[in-house]
Amino acid sequence: MDILITGLLLGGIYALMAMGLSLQYGVARIMNLANGEMLVVGAFAAFWFYTVAEISPLISVFLISPVVFFANWLIYRFMLQPLVKRSKSQGQLEVDSILATFGMSFILVGLMVAVFGGDYFNYTFLAKPVDILGNTYAANRLVAFGMAILIGSLLYLWLNFTRPGMAMRAVSVNPDAAGLAGIDVQRMSALAFALGGAVTAIGGGFISTFQTMDASIGILFTMKALIIVIMGGVGDIRGTILAALVLGLLETFIATVIDPGLTLAAAYLVFILVLLFRPQGMFGRKPS
Amino acid sequence: MNNKDWRNLGLAALGLAIAACLPLSGNGYYLTIGVTIAMYTVLATSWALFSGPTHYISLATAAFYGLGTYVVAMGIDDVPYVILLVIALGVGAIAAGLVGLATLRLSGVYFVIFTLGLAEMTRQVVTWIQSNWGGHQGNYVLTDITEEMIYWQLLAVAACVYLVGWLIGRSRLGFALKIIGNDEVVAAHSGINTARSKVILFMVSGMVAALVGAILAPRWTYIEPSMAFSPMLSFQVVIMALLGGVNRLWGPLVGVIPFTLLWEAVSISFPNQTLLLMGVAFLLIVYAIPHGFVGLIEKYNARFRGDG
Amino acid sequence: MDKRKILSVRNLTKRFGGLVAVNAMNFDVGEHEVLGLIGPNGSGKTTMMNLISGALKPSSGEISLQGSRISDLPAQDINRKGVARTFQLVRLLPSLNVLDNAIAGAVFGHRQRWGQEAEDYAMQMLERVGLSEQAQAPISKLTYIDQKRLELARVLAGDPKILLLDEWLAGLNPTELETGIELIRDLRGEGRTIILVEHVMDAIRSLCDRCVVMNSGVKIAEGTPAEVLADHEVIRAYLGDEDA
Repeated sequence: MDILITGLLLGGIYALMAMGLSLQYGVARIMNLANGEMLVVGAFAAFWFYTVAEISPLISVFLISPVVFFANWLIYRFMLQPLVKRSKSQGQLEVDSILATFGMSFILVGLMVAVFGGDYFNYTFLAKPVDILGNTYAANRLVAFGMAILIGSLLYLWLNFTRPGMAMRAVSVNPDAAGLAGIDVQRMSALAFALGGAVTAIGGGFISTFQTMDASIGILFTMKALIIVIMGGVGDIRGTILAALVLGLLETFIATVIDPGLTLAAAYLVFILVLLFRPQGMFGRKPS
Repeated sequence: MNNKDWRNLGLAALGLAIAACLPLSGNGYYLTIGVTIAMYTVLATSWALFSGPTHYISLATAAFYGLGTYVVAMGIDDVPYVILLVIALGVGAIAAGLVGLATLRLSGVYFVIFTLGLAEMTRQVVTWIQSNWGGHQGNYVLTDITEEMIYWQLLAVAACVYLVGWLIGRSRLGFALKIIGNDEVVAAHSGINTARSKVILFMVSGMVAALVGAILAPRWTYIEPSMAFSPMLSFQVVIMALLGGVNRLWGPLVGVIPFTLLWEAVSISFPNQTLLLMGVAFLLIVYAIPHGFVGLIEKYNARFRGDG
Repeated sequence: MDKRKILSVRNLTKRFGGLVAVNAMNFDVGEHEVLGLIGPNGSGKTTMMNLISGALKPSSGEISLQGSRISDLPAQDINRKGVARTFQLVRLLPSLNVLDNAIAGAVFGHRQRWGQEAEDYAMQMLERVGLSEQAQAPISKLTYIDQKRLELARVLAGDPKILLLDEWLAGLNPTELETGIELIRDLRGEGRTIILVEHVMDAIRSLCDRCVVMNSGVKIAEGTPAEVLADHEVIRAYLGDEDA
């Protein structure tokens, strides 16, 4: 029971960061390997606001996210869009965007190390115990989970019930057809990329309330987000959430029962099963 | 073999002979750099054998390299070194084969992602196995193998890699890979077993990486998982190969030498900025020199000869 | 049918999610026969081609080549057994030159050649389709019909028993069309078995021994070109229900 709840709480946060990546890959068609660094940026900023200005992460994430949104918009507009334009095939774009976002990821880590140093950082926020069904959990994890659910739901509603949200989904399904229907595909892609970065950074802000981080941990989160997105099926929000919960549960299970040093190995176990049996994702249809 | 082949063979032999004389200089620092360059030349060239024609970006080098190192670390007390090298080759081939079978049937993105975390994942598993059944975290590797011997071994491996690369380039397998890199659907519909071709070549590069890891193991006296499985190695290899150019067998070498020297210089003067250097190198590859130094040289040559 | 059967399609069905693209198709192809697979757009012809060539796996039913089942084999094995295809949108290998594109078909296919032998044979095929002059040219220099010719040369270089041509004549201008029809007629004269997906009615009339007509994934008629083109069901499929 303890594993179940801890796992779900972790999975909720994973869902948020994976949604960011899913937007970037599903709509903007960019496999963003610097996604984890956006998460660390969010975490760093939350840490800084809390320790320097005593601003609660619950507030600071909303100060950070517009900045990250704009920064990601600039990145897409000036660095990635030229790649989209010059690529002759999807394969070419994949290779280019993978290499380019690797470059950005290293530069971001390098800058963060230069500015903040390579040390671990954490802070104490809402570390009060809360009792659920006879077990105690830290309040910060519960709050983070609640916020993840809230933001995830808002995103879901926005994508499904507003005009820009629908336009974004149309681009994700078929960019050419969306373009013919009068949707500005480039603009939507830039928007999705920026939104994805902001969502991930918010996730980072919440994760920092209960987890120790350092400048170079981003790649590990990128890895997990990628596995979740593939498992859930690209562009499928329901699938992403479910996959994130599965991964959160499995990781918690393996960390508790076998060894806490094996969390990535746990993720790989899921990954291999997905690759072997359902490479199109849990709900995805086979591409024809 | 035609005249051009003989000429290239002669040049290669000459280059190798000159390189082999380096230890005679008696300068320890040059030798250390020489070992590093030889190591990256072997790794980047074998990486390009697979990733050049197929465009699959492999980040698995560090995982295979680490496995090779570990074969030596665990067996050095009981098994002759030469046998360990052979075992490392086998382990590399098997590991690459398994990774290839799981991922190479699918698109390139899955492959990159899978190999991205592979070194870290292998490190976790090796650490876990060692601390549960080995009773300790690291191993002592005490041998009388000198830096010179490591250097000459690496040169010998480099010669083999170039030879294998040249043979593959002239073989049905090499031709198949070229077709796969162009259009995988056409390849399959022309009778090519695409998955098998890719897996075989990936195994070749995995074997070489494991062998290099094994050869370099005696350089350290004490080996623990976080040293053996350093994910940075994979990225460095990718950068050097792409910086040089992957469409020619000798391309990666053109990237390895300047990047290794630059890397050494930066890590001595600004030890914290090596990550920035890698980031900038990646961006350079994508935005400025997509075909590597070799591409630049060939473009210049073509212009020099009057748009030939 | 008096000719020996070489390819049989039995109860073949392919579903994409809820859509049934090919529905319980049955037909045979005789040796040395030219079979036209026709029908309005979206009737499942290309899916049918993809099923035969192994690009897609059927949901149920089977395809057999000379009595042995091929419908569960991967594309490369089907190719090696002697079924080779062209693509609706021409697919060439852009980084190789014209000759190497043709050699690509000779090395791994039904009849495998290597080295000088492969080169000679590929060269013969280029001559066959009228491209030998441009053997050393890069792909980017080829006109549209030459690209189509090259794709045909690549396919022929593997010496297939059955040739699948997916709208090979589409997009050609009238003179090119004549050349194209002539080329296929020559292949037919050599006694090759050909399955042809085509919209060009002249080509169908002059080239096909027999036609299978599809509509909405179902076979609606089968017979000589003259028979099927006079069939009420077929006319209705092409022109709509209203005034058939």
